[in-house]
Amino acid sequence: MKDKKVEQPIYGLDVRGVTKHFHQAKRTNNKPRFHQKIRQIFKREKEVVRAVDDISLEVNIGEIYGILGANGSGKSTLIRLVSTLLTPDAGRISVFGDDVVTDSLKVRQVMNRVSVEASFFKRLSSSENLIYAARLYGIPATEAERKSKQILERLGFDPDRMNEEMEHLSRGMQQKVAIARALLTTPMLLLLDEPTTGLDPKSKRDVQAFIEEIRQERNAVIVLTTHDMAEAERLCDKIAIIDKGRFIAEGTVEELIASAPSQNGTPATLEDVFITLTGKGIEEE
Amino acid sequence: MLNLIRETIVSYAFIERNFNLLKRYLSWEILFFSYSIVNALTIGLIMVGRGSSEDVLYLVIGALIWGFFSIMMREVSDAITWERWEGTIEYTFMAPIYRVTHLVGSCLFAILYGLLRTALVLAIMPLFFGEHIDLGNANWLTMSAIVLVSSLSFIGIGLMAAIFPLLSPEKGQAATGIIQSGLLLVSGIYYEIEVLPVWLQPISKISPATYTLKSIRAAVLDNASIESQMGNLLLLLVIGVLLIPFGFWVFHLGEKYAKRVGRLKRSG
Repeated sequence: MKDKKVEQPIYGLDVRGVTKHFHQAKRTNNKPRFHQKIRQIFKREKEVVRAVDDISLEVNIGEIYGILGANGSGKSTLIRLVSTLLTPDAGRISVFGDDVVTDSLKVRQVMNRVSVEASFFKRLSSSENLIYAARLYGIPATEAERKSKQILERLGFDPDRMNEEMEHLSRGMQQKVAIARALLTTPMLLLLDEPTTGLDPKSKRDVQAFIEEIRQERNAVIVLTTHDMAEAERLCDKIAIIDKGRFIAEGTVEELIASAPSQNGTPATLEDVFITLTGKGIEEE
Repeated sequence: MLNLIRETIVSYAFIERNFNLLKRYLSWEILFFSYSIVNALTIGLIMVGRGSSEDVLYLVIGALIWGFFSIMMREVSDAITWERWEGTIEYTFMAPIYRVTHLVGSCLFAILYGLLRTALVLAIMPLFFGEHIDLGNANWLTMSAIVLVSSLSFIGIGLMAAIFPLLSPEKGQAATGIIQSGLLLVSGIYYEIEVLPVWLQPISKISPATYTLKSIRAAVLDNASIESQMGNLLLLLVIGVLLIPFGFWVFHLGEKYAKRVGRLKRSG
């Protein structure tokens, strides 16, 4: 009898038991004595910080997967692991079936990321920064200019300011350019790491509306990390709550809310769920 | 083949970006250019009134060639420092390009920029030194061949030096300077290597700058032909061919380490 090969489903993003730890200087509340200070110069005591601890997740094509967590909970580390900027200590991450460590080049071809910090050459204009970024993906300058203009206009960015140096643009405008940089390359996996943090309400709305448009237009996989409960509720098909590097809950908004006890008869909110599970507010360290 | 063409086109992104940055910092570039002139003048003037025109030219060649190679090494590691400061290195490392493409692009810019700046300084030198700078006897073909071949070695060294800013944007650039000053000491830039302490002289034998300087001085001062410098040319070629892959390998190790311990991020 022939063995029947079990077909594994290919997810847009498949994370299995991923762990990442860092060694960092030991934090202590006690004021060190003189001889301890001298000792620390030569031999700093280190502690292991598990930034991401045995995380697994699957995201299907066309889905927006949200990761909710406080500052320092491990959201950005997880995004960096997926985007090939960190190597996992354990576990496996694959993007459309390709491993992020062994098939890194293939993964990078279909993926892009927007981070909370819009990193650019600040003395160059948006146009110069975008053309540079597009060239790295083999996109010619003329096409890059045309596409970036389209994307920026949809984001409510005045195209006349595309030749202004980035350092003269507001944070919201810089973040819109960062989104344009990621979308220029038409990624199949889009990693949005707190894309709306620090934006004014109008810019935030523009960006959120644009994310919804992308979802409708193309079958991309989107991972969105956020602090913003309303944003997560509005955009995400599925949400995971991360605390101290571990996923402590996962499900749709409805499933998460249903898992929390109602507050004095009124139904729980996503924020209630978050506080109940983590024991802290979203902005707390 | 298609891949090679694509990667060559992509490497142009780094050249274009760096020239764009250069335009934005033009006033600083003028300042650095003035420094290069002052540096060459200060060194050349040591011999004016003390030695022959040949002695003056000997020092000026040292200053110019050293300036050229310093620019090349520094530009490669500067490109990494800059990307680390701005935080764009994460985006460059996420792009679907080979690291070779990334670094070759930075190196090509470094060569073009170094040549441009050195040529401008050289063009200005006769204004200050008059008859002491007589390039009428120079063999330009030999000079060009030596500069071209020796650039390979300095790119290799630049690639190795670039891991310092990759790991630490704050202190890495200074570490690159340490490598430069080590080469400056042992390579006979301003003096013959025979004046070095005996124990240091073997190190000068493995420095590509030693052979570069010897051959360029021979080409400028004695109109030496390419054939007469073939030994040094071959030696420089061998050093370059060894140093470039070694430089890439060292950089690759640095990148692997940075990805393991999380050194690529600027914040967040």
